[in-house]
Amino acid sequence: MTALLVAKGLRRSRPDDVTMSQTASTDDTAVTLYRLQACPFCERVVRTLKEHGVPYQSRFVETDHSERDVVKRLTGTRVVPALVDERTGVTMAESGNIVEYVESVYGGA
Amino acid sequence: MDLGFDVVEFDDADHPTEGEVAPDFTRPLVTDEFWEDVALSALTEDGPVLLLFHGMDGSFPATYMWKGIQARDWDEDLTVVGVSISSPYEHKSFVDDRDLQHRLFSDPTNEVAESYGVVHDLDGMAGVAEPRPSVFLLSEERVVEYAWVASEWPEFPDYDEVEAAVAAL
Repeated sequence: MTALLVAKGLRRSRPDDVTMSQTASTDDTAVTLYRLQACPFCERVVRTLKEHGVPYQSRFVETDHSERDVVKRLTGTRVVPALVDERTGVTMAESGNIVEYVESVYGGA
Repeated sequence: MDLGFDVVEFDDADHPTEGEVAPDFTRPLVTDEFWEDVALSALTEDGPVLLLFHGMDGSFPATYMWKGIQARDWDEDLTVVGVSISSPYEHKSFVDDRDLQHRLFSDPTNEVAESYGVVHDLDGMAGVAEPRPSVFLLSEERVVEYAWVASEWPEFPDYDEVEAAVAAL
């Protein structure tokens, strides 16, 4: 399922990879990261976004798992990190998947 | 209110007044579900904003002020937001506890209050300053349409006066 999302994201963005990175550098709000303070998995995603110069907006959520309905409405689970990329229409959870997604879409080269 | 003794009076505040452009700032804006950095100017772009400075969440003046605001029905005409030095976590609890329909900026360093000239150094709490209770009604261009700043401690806005200013927008 997640692999499918990544593949979709890739497919949609490939035709205009060049303009895409330009758009990404000017549109500060395309990527939203739902995160929890000091969550290592979230920091892992932040590191990857920074590495690739992807602007992102952070939304910090509740420590209590049961109170993260905003994340559940997006991804179907309450786990963070969760990432929404409005440019590609991709919404996903799980840091490993997100890192893979960010690297394949914003990795360049 | 005549208590038969002097209440604490504030020095004159040097705050933005009617016709001046209010300082912009970016701080975490807390909803009942999350917080994120938001610029005041991003809110005013969508329409007039009523900016309320208040004491720490949990202090009675903050609770009183929000009760006064909640009793009014201004939300259709403008965005009402609060600012205090409380952390996003405290704001989140305050929003939940008070069933607040409004969002709150978190400004632990009190720099926003400083930029508005409404600092209140708290007696008996070393190193802690918070905003003096105040209200700024701002247009889409962030021009001050109405301003009220407490001159005594405690003092609360005249909600009818604020409402008249809102109606005059």
